[in-house]
Amino acid sequence: MSASTPSAPRPQPGLVARAWARLAIPLVVTVLAALVGAAIILVSELLVPGVEFSWTLPITAYQALLEGALGSPEAIVSTLANSAPLVFGGLAVAFAFKAGLFNIGVQGQFLLGALGAVIVGVWVADWPPILAIPLATLAGIAAGAAWGFIPGFLKAVSGAHEVVSTIMLNYIAVALLAALVSGPLKVPGSPSPVTFDVGNAAWPVILGRIGHIGIILAPLAAAFVWWLLRRTTWGFQVRAVGANPDAARYAGMRTKRITIGTMAFSGALGGLAGTCVLLGVTHTMTSGFGTTVGFDSIAVALLAGSEPLLVLPAALLFGGMRAGAGLMQIKAGIPVELVDVLQAVILLFLVASPVLRRLLHLNTARNEPATPRATNMVPDVPV
Amino acid sequence: MTEPTGTTLAPALEMRGITKRYPGVVACDGINLQVRPGEIHALLGENGAGKTTLMNVLYGLAAPDEGEILLDGRSVQIAGPSDAIARGINMVHQHFMLVPVLTVAENILLGEETMANPVFLDRKEAHRRIAELGRRFGFEIDPDAKVGSLSVGWQQRVEILKALYRNARILVLDEPTAVLTPQETEEIFAVLRRLAAEGHSIVFISHKLYEVLEIADRITVIRRGRVVGERRPAETNEDDLAELMVGREVQLTVDRGTSHPAAPTLHVSGLAASDDRGHPMVKGVDLEVRAGEIFGIAGVAGNGQDELVEAIVGMRRPTAGSVTLDGVDVTGRSPRGMNEAGVSYVPADRHRFGLILSFPVSDNLVLTSYYRSPYARGILRQREAIDRDAASAIARYDIRTPSANVDAGTLSGGNQQKAVVAREFDRDLKLLVLDQPTRGLDVGSIEFIHRQVIAKRDAGTAVLLVSAELDEVLELSDRIGVMYGGQIVAVIDGPTADKNAVGLLMATGGAERDPAAAAEEAAG
Amino acid sequence: MDLTPLLDGLYGIPLLGILFQAIGYLVAAIPSNGSNILNQATPLALAALCGVVCERSGVVNIGIEGTMLISAFTAWVVGIAVNPMFGNPAPGPVFGATLPLLICVVAAVAVAILVSALHAWLTISLRANQIISGTIINIFAFGITGYLDQLISKSSPAGAGSFMAFTPPEALVNLPVVGWIFAMFLNQGPLAMSMIILVIGLQIWLFRSRWGLRTRAVGEHPRAAETVGIDVLRLRFRNVLIGGVFAGLAGAWLTIEATNSFQIGMTAGRGFIALAAMIMGRWTPLGAFGSAILFAVFVQVSQLIKIAPPEGDLGTIMGSVPAQLWDALPYILTIVILAGVVGRSIPPAADGQPYEREAAA
Repeated sequence: MSASTPSAPRPQPGLVARAWARLAIPLVVTVLAALVGAAIILVSELLVPGVEFSWTLPITAYQALLEGALGSPEAIVSTLANSAPLVFGGLAVAFAFKAGLFNIGVQGQFLLGALGAVIVGVWVADWPPILAIPLATLAGIAAGAAWGFIPGFLKAVSGAHEVVSTIMLNYIAVALLAALVSGPLKVPGSPSPVTFDVGNAAWPVILGRIGHIGIILAPLAAAFVWWLLRRTTWGFQVRAVGANPDAARYAGMRTKRITIGTMAFSGALGGLAGTCVLLGVTHTMTSGFGTTVGFDSIAVALLAGSEPLLVLPAALLFGGMRAGAGLMQIKAGIPVELVDVLQAVILLFLVASPVLRRLLHLNTARNEPATPRATNMVPDVPV
Repeated sequence: MTEPTGTTLAPALEMRGITKRYPGVVACDGINLQVRPGEIHALLGENGAGKTTLMNVLYGLAAPDEGEILLDGRSVQIAGPSDAIARGINMVHQHFMLVPVLTVAENILLGEETMANPVFLDRKEAHRRIAELGRRFGFEIDPDAKVGSLSVGWQQRVEILKALYRNARILVLDEPTAVLTPQETEEIFAVLRRLAAEGHSIVFISHKLYEVLEIADRITVIRRGRVVGERRPAETNEDDLAELMVGREVQLTVDRGTSHPAAPTLHVSGLAASDDRGHPMVKGVDLEVRAGEIFGIAGVAGNGQDELVEAIVGMRRPTAGSVTLDGVDVTGRSPRGMNEAGVSYVPADRHRFGLILSFPVSDNLVLTSYYRSPYARGILRQREAIDRDAASAIARYDIRTPSANVDAGTLSGGNQQKAVVAREFDRDLKLLVLDQPTRGLDVGSIEFIHRQVIAKRDAGTAVLLVSAELDEVLELSDRIGVMYGGQIVAVIDGPTADKNAVGLLMATGGAERDPAAAAEEAAG
Repeated sequence: MDLTPLLDGLYGIPLLGILFQAIGYLVAAIPSNGSNILNQATPLALAALCGVVCERSGVVNIGIEGTMLISAFTAWVVGIAVNPMFGNPAPGPVFGATLPLLICVVAAVAVAILVSALHAWLTISLRANQIISGTIINIFAFGITGYLDQLISKSSPAGAGSFMAFTPPEALVNLPVVGWIFAMFLNQGPLAMSMIILVIGLQIWLFRSRWGLRTRAVGEHPRAAETVGIDVLRLRFRNVLIGGVFAGLAGAWLTIEATNSFQIGMTAGRGFIALAAMIMGRWTPLGAFGSAILFAVFVQVSQLIKIAPPEGDLGTIMGSVPAQLWDALPYILTIVILAGVVGRSIPPAADGQPYEREAAA
């Protein structure tokens, strides 16, 4: 059946309708997730022995969460500082998604980036900052790139699926880090394993007490990745390979190289996340070094629909939650792991958004004659 | 052919007033169909006329919006495929519904499993029944062979066995001869005649006029969802049927004109290549295509044509031999290398290789040239140049699309192929390689593309055409090469080629054999 | 890190000598640790069975790790709640089983089925991307178990204890040459033993039963299965739930057979290693079992080397590698296998692709 006559032009929906269509799902999802979180808090109050039950505990908890995230200038700076590594990590995952690759190894690349940064940072700790900072930063980026290169190379050469190989590298990274920090990098004579300080390689603080330059680098990185994907031939190739690897090969693209390059670049961004935390915040490394940035990055990328510019607000959301979780634990006694649960619930509702769309009658408010957009956030890729 | 005797029996199958609507199109519009017991009834129509939808309704894969189905005169509701099968209606699909890694027996048992006890399958009994059925209808098959290792003709037989195993009374065959040689077609026809003689009713869906005239007892012609005519073969001929099918005086041939070939552009010598699983498919091919001529390759699907073409254009690494373009050795060059050397390739699977459906039409139009000036300067893409040339291509190649920015997946098949053609034809070419260029397209698009191909030939390009449609090859080619068993077994003149002679070459490779051995070969 | 012993060692010994010594070390170590090895392989094999059932049907399940974790936590928590209700019974005569322990197993499996139902709903009914769905389940599992564990552990509650291993008769164990095999297979707790039975049972079922045939067809060519009247979506859904049972048992093993407590993240990547075992086992239950044993051997060896390293130069070389890196051995092995060093294997053809019915009848 050739249906080639264009249909009569539809009247453009009004501004409010269009805004609602765009924002409805993220808003509804956040609200629903908050409700689920409240339910979990209430239920756990009942289950845990020895706690007096209070209906208002969820409200106290969320209040503390918001206060810890936005309630004061220090809080806001803390949110920004927490979000910066999530931007880098989220970009890493999102960029790989564009090529149809699942980089679940951001945690490992993060650790390697921190390792690279601390090793070189300690070495150049007494050099002038103008040299020390870029060197240590580049070392971290390179280490992360190497850790991303490995699964990329394995996938290109042997077809090994990157989901499992990156996760394995996460665990190997933890072991490697423990071995090095307890061994050659350890400060001699210290009671617990810890490395030297990176001295002049530390990222300067530009805002408040802990707001390091990562706060500026993050949006720059997002803009760079957007430009790379949308305006360059490299980005075109990455997106083509993700959308249709057979056609990409037909078009003369070297799919193996693109796979390897994408994973390496993604790893570099993951390494930058680790560098950010190490050079920006901790300045040394202990054998238990590690944060939740790895998993959070995946959540950020999914929430952003793999769009580089949307990674910024998504990172702010999760970064804020992490920043406020500490205060929530203090004031309401809620373990910080609740943020993981909220994250997962948000993602769950996002993935189930077709159902939400139907319930909210959003299917009719399309304002572009596009193909049915994939209901998933990532092009379907056969495993 | 069986003639109804004496009393009029109720038709084995009757579909009355079947109407099925999909968004934007009426696939079936008040269709009436009657099939008698023991009759071979052909359903004739073009791609997209509604034949497959009608059979999906019969098979329970779609529910009709209006109309009813009667079996032996009684009205029935068909809830789904298992219900259809239980009622004795079985369908052999155009694209085989066989699981390659399972055995013949497992494929036949699937869904209708013969059980030794509530949990385990009864292999012995299944083997026995399969052997018995095969013998009754004239062939023997190994139940433990993996279906993926069988030839297409034999897979066809497995599909028919599947239906018989389920005591089919009504057998629907959807384009059963699409991938068979003329010899295999005759063999399947013999099987069908035996089935009809035993009282089975057969619905034979096809768009091939000659076959339908040969096998059917009655022919129903469908066009745009409606029945436009019913004939007996004795009372009609190809022109009459073609006119019914298409609705106007059909020019069965495009005016090919005369070719003026010049020096050889493409020279292939001793080329060998294997398929994705490592089986040798191209076993030493020599051919030559001259500038300004169309060289068509005729052959049954699976004789190495796809691998040959892929090896020439760089999509597949040859295992031996050489490819020369205007005297320059280009063997094993990458697709981009070939493209830059002046070779364009229109792949058989446009959705998989030819286009990125989720990208805009404009990006698809520069899919093979996105990295070159004027569409890119270094790594920076030049949007204005891309959009400007896209608009021009859309106009010149009559690509029906609301804009150049919509995703290519929204276009109809014909317009998608026109986009591929626009991209590949629209430059000075030394060699143009086409694989199934008009598969699945409507008549208008087919004519358009054929005219473009001839125009390229007249402009001096060497054209290599591979098509499973023997008619297309005969229509367009100045010279025809017949491919059999991975080799070119004959090269003959195009305009004077005799269709049956070509078909025979396709089936036998040209070797002189005695009939018994030939039948055995075709059966193996 | 002082590299001198390593370098000295490398210069001084012919490579072949080291290889023989390493093999000898393994051959000596395996029999005496046979039951430990099978025990360690249990969660891997069970999780791999979950993977086999899901992927043979065409559904990729990356969330096995999270499912196991939630099941493990459930088994532990239910034990804490239920044990006092039955008066904290002493371990029973068979496997040390008590009614509370049995309830724990049932609860773990039930929760695993629920989690699998979520994965099935997302990937089959909503046709969401299967990897994303699995990843979300993992994130959720880590979050909820961590959260609840923090709350509960504050009061250091007593759990329901754990299953005990069966003690095989002395006569069998002391048999020359083959005695260690009896010890290996019989000196196990109930979950480990059930794993062996399930492996064999699933192998037969997958290749000789009607369900197995339909499952394989649906994973290879779902359209073909639909045309012979099989409800592809329902079959997949049911199989994912069945897979959940295996994952639930694997999780239960962690907290009520191997240990009797819960630690955050205690699955330690087993759910992913199990996927590698499934791939190496070519998506068959027996193959997955064999691969799980192989992994367990490596884990066991990496522990042994820390306590009882081999003599002489091999020991020196091994000893100079930091202890933490030996912990990474199973993960390195997984990557090596994935990279196809042990031969490429081909998954079911429709694996990972969502299925859409041809037409709403």
